[in-house]
This record gives sequence, C-alpha cells and structure tokens, in this order.
Amino acid sequence: MIFGYPLLSAAIWLPILFGLLVLATGNDRNARMARIIALVGAILGFLVTIPLYTGFDRMTSDMQFVEMKDWIVRFNIHYHLGVDGISVLFVLLNSFFTPLVVIAGWQVIEKRVAQYMAAFLIMSGLVNGVFVALDAMLFYVFWEAMLIPMFIIIGVWGGPNRVYAALKFFLYTLLGSLLMLVALLYLYHKSGGSFEILDFHRMAMPSLTAQILVFIAFFMAFSVKVPMFPVHTWLPDAHVEAPTGGSVVLAAIMLKVGAYGFIRFSMPITPDASHYLAPVMIALSLIAVVYIGLVALTQADMKKLVAYSSISHMGFVTLGFFIFNAYGMEGALLQMISHGFISGALFLCIGVLYDRVHSRQIVDYGGVANKMPVFAAFFMLFAMANSGLPGTSGFVGEFMVIMGAVKANFWFAFAAASTLIFGAAYTLWMYKRVIFGAVANDHVAHLRDIGSREKLVFVILAITVLGMGLYPLPFADIMHASVNDLLVHLATPKVLN
Amino acid sequence: MNLLASLSPAYAEIFLLVMVSAILIVDLFIVNYTKTLTYLLVQISLLGCSLITVATHEDGIVHMFHHMFVDDLMSDVLKLLTYLSVSMMLVYSRSYLMARGLFTGEFLALVLFATLGMMVMISASNFLSLYLGLELLALSLYALVALQRDSAIATESAMKYFILGAMASGFLLYGMSMLYGATGSLDVNNVADVIRHGAPNKPLLVFGLAFVVAGLAFKLGAVPFHMWVPDVYHGAPTAMTMFIGSAPKLAAFAFVMRILVEAMQPLMIDWSGMLMILAVLSMAVGNITAIAQTNIKRMFAYSTIAHMGFMLVGILSGTLEGYGSAMFYAVVYVLMSLGGFGMIMLLSREGFEADTLNDFKGLNQRSPWLAFMMLLLMFSMAGVPPTVGFYAKFSVLNAAVQAGHLQLVVMAVLFSLIGAFYYLRIVKLMYFDAPESHEKLYIQPDSSLLISINGLAVLILGILPNTLMSVCAVSVQQSLLH
Repeated sequence: MIFGYPLLSAAIWLPILFGLLVLATGNDRNARMARIIALVGAILGFLVTIPLYTGFDRMTSDMQFVEMKDWIVRFNIHYHLGVDGISVLFVLLNSFFTPLVVIAGWQVIEKRVAQYMAAFLIMSGLVNGVFVALDAMLFYVFWEAMLIPMFIIIGVWGGPNRVYAALKFFLYTLLGSLLMLVALLYLYHKSGGSFEILDFHRMAMPSLTAQILVFIAFFMAFSVKVPMFPVHTWLPDAHVEAPTGGSVVLAAIMLKVGAYGFIRFSMPITPDASHYLAPVMIALSLIAVVYIGLVALTQADMKKLVAYSSISHMGFVTLGFFIFNAYGMEGALLQMISHGFISGALFLCIGVLYDRVHSRQIVDYGGVANKMPVFAAFFMLFAMANSGLPGTSGFVGEFMVIMGAVKANFWFAFAAASTLIFGAAYTLWMYKRVIFGAVANDHVAHLRDIGSREKLVFVILAITVLGMGLYPLPFADIMHASVNDLLVHLATPKVLN
Repeated sequence: MNLLASLSPAYAEIFLLVMVSAILIVDLFIVNYTKTLTYLLVQISLLGCSLITVATHEDGIVHMFHHMFVDDLMSDVLKLLTYLSVSMMLVYSRSYLMARGLFTGEFLALVLFATLGMMVMISASNFLSLYLGLELLALSLYALVALQRDSAIATESAMKYFILGAMASGFLLYGMSMLYGATGSLDVNNVADVIRHGAPNKPLLVFGLAFVVAGLAFKLGAVPFHMWVPDVYHGAPTAMTMFIGSAPKLAAFAFVMRILVEAMQPLMIDWSGMLMILAVLSMAVGNITAIAQTNIKRMFAYSTIAHMGFMLVGILSGTLEGYGSAMFYAVVYVLMSLGGFGMIMLLSREGFEADTLNDFKGLNQRSPWLAFMMLLLMFSMAGVPPTVGFYAKFSVLNAAVQAGHLQLVVMAVLFSLIGAFYYLRIVKLMYFDAPESHEKLYIQPDSSLLISINGLAVLILGILPNTLMSVCAVSVQQSLLH
C-alpha cells in the first residue's frame, strides 16, 4: 500500500465501478455522457497504476503491493493480490490500452454505447485482476469472468459472422479453463489445502507423471489463450468479427494472459514436466512462427492477416519461455509488451480504414496514401515495427529471443529467424497493396485523412513503439530480478531421483 | 402443557396444517377472483412457519414421535429455504396464473399441502414418515399439474407424471420392505446400527438398496429414470413447472441424505457405484439432449437432469465435504431455477407463453435490465464465475477430487462444457439477435423486483459465497454427528 490506498484493488475495481456507472446512464440518448464517464474512468484507471511502476522495488523478486484478506474461509481462499516484475508490466499495458480503446470507439460505436464502453471498462478491471491475483481461485474467477464481456463485445458489435465467432471463442477458452480448474483442485489437495500460487510454486511434486498431467491441464487453458498451434483457430474468427476495440484488446491484452499463465503457473509449478515437454513446446512454437507466418502471407483480409501475424509473434513468446535462458525469457516478455503495442496499433489502423470504407479486404483498397498521407505515415511505422525493424519495439524482443535460441540450439534460431523475412513479407506486401499505387476506386477517392482524435491515439502509440525500440531498458530492468528468480526456480528439479 | 411443549420441534408443521385448513374454509367465502386475501394468508403462513422454525430451533438433534421425526440443523435450514422458495414461486406466478384463471383457492391450498409434505420429508427419520411426506408432496404435485383442466397437454403430462410417479413410489416401497426384511427396522438410525453391527443378509440389503436408489432416481429425474421430466416440465403450466423444479429438489436432497447417508452409510461402496452411473448418464443425456430443444421449458427440464447428476456427484463422494457441497448445489440450483422460470413467466402475458427460445430474441433491446438478469442466471447455470453457480460446481468437484474420483471430475467438467453451449445460446438470442416482436412488456412490479433480487443474488452470492457454503457444510455436519 502506497499513498494510503490499496493500489492493486484500485486497479481492478476502479474500472469496474466506472463500468457500472456507465451502464447506469442507460440508453443511447445519454451516449455522450456514457462516453465521457468511460473516458474519465479509463484515464483514472491508468493513473492509479502509474505508482505501481514508480514505486516498484527493482531489487527484489518478491511480490509487492501485497493485499491479503480472507475471502472464502471454508476453502482457505484469500483475496490475495500482489505484483512482481513480470506482472506489473502487464497491468500497466492493460490499463494503458483502456483509454485508447475508449477513444477509438468514440464516434464509431453508435448502437448501445453505454453497454459497449461498460464492457471494456469491466473487462479492463477483470484482466488486471488476472495479472495481480496470487490466489489460484481468485485468478480463476477473474480469468473466467473476463470471458463474459468479451463474448458480449464480439457478439453484439462484431461483424456479420459474429455469433459463430463469439461462441467459438467462449467454448474454446472454457474447455481449457475447466481442465485447469481440475488441475487446481488437484494441487489444492496435494498442497494440503492451499490455493496460494506461491505455495504451489514451493510444493514438492515428486512424481513426473503427475507433473506432466498437471502441465497438460494448464497447457489446455493457456495454449488456447496464447493461442498456440494447433488450438489457434478461434483467434482469426474472433478477430475478424470483433469490433476494432475488441480486436485491439484481444491482441494486445488477452493473448498475453495465456502467456502469463505459462510463467505464473505451468513453469514454476511443474518445472520438470516443463523441461520434459520443452521439445514439444518448442516444436509447436516454431510451427506457429514459420507455418502461421506463411499462412498470414496468403490472407486477403487485413484483420485476418494481422491475426495470423499475432499467432506467429506469440510463437516467439512461447519459444522464448521454453528455451530456459535469460535472453529467451526476457526477450519473450519484451516481445509480449511490444506485440501488445504494435498489434493494437495495427488493428486501430485497420479500424480507421474500415470505419470509412466498411471493408477489410485488401483488394478494396489501393493508393490510400494519396488521400490519407498522415495516416499512411503512421501505418508505415507500425507495419515496420511489426516486421521487426531495428529501432522499433518489435526488434528488441525478437532479437533477444533469437539470441537465446542460438544458445539453446542453432536450428531453433534459424527457424525462428525466418520470421524476419516472412514477417516483413506479409506485413509490407499488405501495406504496399493497401497504401501505395494509384487510387483504386471511388471509395478510396473519397477518403478523409485521420482526425485529431485518431491522431492523438496514433501519436501516443508511435511514441511508445519508438521509445521502447530505442531505449528498452526501463521495461527490461524492472523484470530482471523476477526473471532470474523464475529461472533459478526452473533449474531446481522437484522430482527426486 | 407438558405435551404441548414436547411437540415444539413440530410446531411449524402443525401450524401449517392448521393454516391450510383455515385457508380452505376462508377461501370458500371469497368470490373475488384475485384472491388477494387468500394469497396474503398463504404468504403469512409461510412467514409464520419461518418464524416458528427459527424460534423452535434447538442445538443438537431432537427426535420425537417415537423416532419418526427429527429436528436438526439441516432440517431447519432446508425448511427455511423451502419456505423462501415457495414464497418466491408464489410471487412470480401470481399474475401469470391470474391471467389464466388458475389462481384459485385450490392452487394455494395444494401448494401449502405440498410444502407440508416437503417439511415432513425433510424431518423424517423413519422410512414410513419419509414415504408419507413424499406421497403428500407427490399427490399435491400431480393435482397441480392437472389443474389446467382444459389444456390437453397439461392433462397429458399430469397423467404421465402420475403413472410414472406411482411406479417410482412402488419401487421405493418395495425397496424399503426389503430393507425392513433384512434389518427388522424402519427407523433410519436403527437400520444404520443393524447394518453396522449386526450381520444382516447382505444380498437382500443390496437388492432393497437397488430398488430404493431406482425410486430416488425417479423422483430426482436422473437418467435412465428421467423420461417424465421433459414432458411434465413442458406440459405443466409454467408456474407448476417452476414449483416442481424448485423446492422439491431440496426435499429430495434431504430424502437422499436420510435414506442413503444416515440409514445406509455402511453400504456406501454399493450405493456410490450406483449413483456414479446415474450421475454420469444424467450429465451426459441432460446436457447433450438440451442442445436439441427449441422449447425453453423442455431445455430447462434437460438442464435439471444434468444438474441433478452434478448434485449426485457430491453425494457419491461419500464425505461430509461431499454432502455439504451437494446441499449447496441443491440450494443454488433452486435459486437459479426460480429465476429462470420466473423470467419465462415475466415475459408471458395473457394468451401468450414465452416458452420458446425465439421469445428471448433481442430481449436486450426490449429490456436491458431483464436481459442482464437472465444473463446472470444463464452464466450461473453454466457455472461461469463470478456467479454462484460456479461455486456450486466448484465445491462438488472439490469433494469428488478429495474422494479420489478424478476421472469422474474430468467427465463432469467436459459435460458442463457441453452444457455451457445451450446456456450461451440464450445469451446469444437475447444480446446478439434482433427481437421478433416489439410489443411492450407489461411487467408486474412485484415480480420484476423479485427477479432483480434473484438475479443479483446469483451475482452477490458468487462474489461472497462463503456464508452460504459454510451454512450448508455445518448443517450437514451437525446432523450427521451421532
């Protein structure tokens, strides 16, 4: 606790409270008020998380800003919150994106504005809850609860095939989550009646078989969210049908939740199983990087293309985790943050085009630069970042993961590095077809360039992407202690032999 | 005076019986079709019962009427919840039944008789009194389903209900007679003692047990004894369906507790295997068949079957933890079921039943608040946190893991994933689809207030589930301590 109020609780409940307040404004006659309250809530939600960064003690890997209260005494479940150097970054990332999403949906959403804004605010709070929960059940509750607003967002404001996408999204993730629940119950009994994640980290699990089963249960939950090949198929559907804000949150935040699960649960709780199954994980990651990269190349739909590119980039993240060295781990974490900014920005760019032309097909565009020069410049920056151009944030993470992979095995690195080619190919080719050339049709001819509201969002994102690319230290150094601790933990076997 | 004082554990039952008789007479003199006075008297009787139950509560276990009747914490808690749910059911169904000319004195009297039957079931500690309570409940329910005489479908379902119910009672009685033959006693505690210490005829015991379990499965609607459930739920007027789907589940839980757990705990190995088959089949058939339904009452019928299967998972764990979680599950189920059927009645009006899935289309545009309440109820039935339905599933699964039934748990989890689909479909219809009719909803203030309380309760109990969970666990614990 700092400044006399519980920071982490505020990060969770402030957005949720504002969300309820927005809901209370009722129908679309009060849309303006709903928007303003939502923006205030989102900005306040971001402001309360800033002390988490400034007040963070970089020297220790212990949990900080800890809050602990009894919650369900019968099952020894606590309302236990805390952040370490890893989770603090994601809380910030999530809270940072909420105002951007609210601004991005400012004029575009005309139907049921209050519900739209409220869903995003409530989800933002719930996602913060996922990142800061230190009690496994509390984590699980936030984890599942966050599906509800996303389900509604995709289903209500999404594109033509939204119902299919929303149901697919929900059921896919629920399947994984329920198996995780079984694993958590198993751990609860093995640990002698505790749901504390940190107790799970410390508890002995002498049987490799048990570890592998627990690992698989967690894998089902987290791999769906990441998403890893071959359970990635919900993502392109969900992305394509979701409204712009939904896509941004999905790509920038939701995917990180799955990867976060791996480092908070799977790896420290079942270190031996992680080592044992690492070849499988690495193989799946490389398939995602290479194969999904190629799939992205063939997409005709811009959103689908970025969705596949997200899967490919997340393949880098899981690769970085499972090569078990500091470069890989930190690179993967940086990649997560940077991918959040870049994919969010790209979806916002596509949203800008979609709002004007109502098409996501690449063939419907061409020569946009003639009509929207400012937009084309921003889009260029984010496209470059997505292909991993040095100087942008996209480069840092990928480079570190490749360095880590070289240490582990040259061929891993070789396969992973192919993304530098494929990534550049699909992103820049899409960019070329959409932006350059002669004005393709009447729709493009009537395009207006971005307004000040959109400019504001893009400027903020551009500064972050460049800043993180040129000077990644503030991001890297906050996680050092925690990453080292995690690696030490991973190197200590729990199996006795 | 002494006699009167010694009756104190049964004051609530006696009071209710007196009140029903009085209400039957008073009602003869009320010609007004709204029956306001009778209705108020019924609600007052239920309130009076709750006060009496609280006032006559004693710590420990009190037996009376030669061990026919028992008063313990579990029975008090279950009775209080029964009054509550009956009273909620009356509030929900009042205007619905009035629009159909069914809000009569007979209806109210039958409901109270059924309530009395449930109270007897909950407090019975002898096979005979158990059966007595069960039949009082069942006969009242048959009559309630048949109350809408001019509806062919209601009459048909009453017929089915009666025939299959009578058969189930026969099974139960036959099983009980076998148990009597093997142990020489009808008293729940005596039976347990004889099985534990004596050397009864084991095959005869298990033979009787199988019939008892079959009878129970009939009453609970567990697969393969579930055939009546969809037809009755579908055919009966929604108010009656709500009644069948709510409080009697609590009584049925008590019934299972008294007969399987208290009387036949030593045979746990035997009955827990039987229940396991019932539970898995119920969850499978209930959840899968529910997907194919277009009528929401039928869908809820299959969902009930699945929920009962889930509750059985708690019981078959055979631990205090398991019984407590099953009780919690039953209570939570009743709360959700009341809300679900309440919503159907809320959306219905004179001459129109909102009982197909399509009637829920676009509810969010017609009434965002009601849609939100239904959303909470549906997510709760699907077992998604932060609603209370999740904790119900969680505590049952936890008990089963503790008892070592890991495969069963994985199966239960997979079936509840399938179940999530049809609950989500309702949410989809309400939020994602356009409404089919734009007719204004006429909603009674009392039932709309109640549905708000009901929906929010599902959420608030989900955020703070500790109290209700502990109450269930403690009451089961106390009544099993001998």
